[in-house]
Amino acid sequence: MSERHSRQLPESVGAALRGVSSAGAALWTSVEPRIRQWGAKARTRLRHYLDEGYALDGEAARPAAASITFEGATAIFGDAPALRDISGTFAAGSMSAVVGPNGAGKSTLLKLAAGLLQPRAGMIRREPADPRAIAFLPQRSEIDTAFPITALDFVALGAWRRYGSLATPNDDTRDSARQALAVVGLSDAAMRPIGELSIGNLQRLLFARLLLLDTRCLLLDEPFAAIDQATADDLLAVLRRWHGEGRTIVAVLHDLDQAREAFPECLVLARRVMAWGPTRCVLTEQTLRDARQAMQGN
Amino acid sequence: MYQTLIAPFDNFSFMRMALVGVLALALINGPIGLMLLMRRMTLVGNVLSHAVVPGAALGFVMVGPSMAVMGLTGFLSGVVVAILAGVATQLTPLRQDVNFVAFYLLSLTAGSLLVLAFGSNVDLMRVFFGTVLAIDLGVLAMIAAIATVVLVGLAVFYRPLLVDGFDPRFLGSVAGRTDVYAGMFMAMVVATLVANFLALGTLLAVGPLLLPAAAARCWATRLGAAMALSVLLGALGGYGGLLMSLHANMPSGPSIVLADGIIFVIALAASGRWSVMSRFKARGISP
Repeated sequence: MSERHSRQLPESVGAALRGVSSAGAALWTSVEPRIRQWGAKARTRLRHYLDEGYALDGEAARPAAASITFEGATAIFGDAPALRDISGTFAAGSMSAVVGPNGAGKSTLLKLAAGLLQPRAGMIRREPADPRAIAFLPQRSEIDTAFPITALDFVALGAWRRYGSLATPNDDTRDSARQALAVVGLSDAAMRPIGELSIGNLQRLLFARLLLLDTRCLLLDEPFAAIDQATADDLLAVLRRWHGEGRTIVAVLHDLDQAREAFPECLVLARRVMAWGPTRCVLTEQTLRDARQAMQGN
Repeated sequence: MYQTLIAPFDNFSFMRMALVGVLALALINGPIGLMLLMRRMTLVGNVLSHAVVPGAALGFVMVGPSMAVMGLTGFLSGVVVAILAGVATQLTPLRQDVNFVAFYLLSLTAGSLLVLAFGSNVDLMRVFFGTVLAIDLGVLAMIAAIATVVLVGLAVFYRPLLVDGFDPRFLGSVAGRTDVYAGMFMAMVVATLVANFLALGTLLAVGPLLLPAAAARCWATRLGAAMALSVLLGALGGYGGLLMSLHANMPSGPSIVLADGIIFVIALAASGRWSVMSRFKARGISP
């Protein structure tokens, strides 16, 4: 069709058209690199602004180990002190359980450690200093599960820092998201919307996202509450795996047997430190009784 | 067929202009409406459409019935009301919805009184219900410009805008800056509402924004599909509404929203557990 059409045109018109198009092409090739350069520069600037240059260098920005040290930290909740004079260290590569009666300030301690809450007195030193080097899993997530996103895409969000706010996850990210889903035993649910998952499976999903987040320090607030035993066992295996990789893990627990079994370090809390050290020394009937009494005394 | 469905747009240039206008609107109404739905902010969207009134009225008082000025001042007053309601929510124990409704009542009454003080009932009707069939090239260019800016913004900030809507705490833990997205989204919503206002007036502006999105949400489970579908349904509603208004001799703005509403009701009836379609399916499976 176009051939017949061009044959009807006079030769001069064809030549003129060819000339114009080749001139246009030449102009485009001369301008294109500059446009691309501008685009790339604008993109980098915007990304630096949105992501504050965090972890843009990938591996280089990530330290080998992470520790959190409390130095006389005090937190106020309402008018009453929620935590008083907390001192101690979650050492790099340690795996600690935080236990204590209800209202002992366990969640508050974790929020202080994560930098979500500032201490009223004392200080908290983090190594590395950026609180975003720490992953925090809240007790109750504020995730809107009605949002139409598949489990796979949800887990892929964990790699956000690697590609930033402006890019989309690539096939590599999707592959690692699939692997993470396999680790937590959710491979079958990859393409299901998150709203269809049970509470236990949602917790598995959050763990899979933490796998992709790949931080050196993980703070988990009652990660095994309200989920079934099989899920708890699977997720505990994930925790052990992270521990084996030298990550620092702090988890608030209610199940003391679980703490004895799986967590080498333990902190018993009753608005102040009752005991902090190796679990078998710390988690005794005596300290637990003391903790309960301390809470009643308050 | 041709006579009913296509000829009106061939014969009348005002129908062509209106059609182009509603199609451009459908392009942004789809994604923005769905994101409003996802963020459970449909009520806020409704309120912001009224927040445009005092600004538009002020523009009307200062310059007269110029759509360009009314659009600009309307946008500014929408943004101001959104900020005020946000600040009031932060500083007082009142919940967000209370503040938004209070500001909506204030803007609606203040705007109406302003228009009535300096103009006529007809002017007020124009602010409220718009004049789709009076869209000229200037208004069309404004709608197109707003649509372009909103679409580009959506394309660039698509992912953080979405994640900020359903898991803001996670976004805060991985991205450096999360304080920008709520405001950015509000600005996009106000801009979209202003674009709708230019064609349909402030009272009807929310209709094409929310109804096709809600209808699409009934059918599509995936977000991308839902966005595409809501754009399609919005275009269909605009086209159908314009035809309806011509053939049934009805006012054009309300007929467009009516067409959107009919599409929404059909979508409701054809989805969900109690839908007509699923009953047919169930009968097919049972022996």
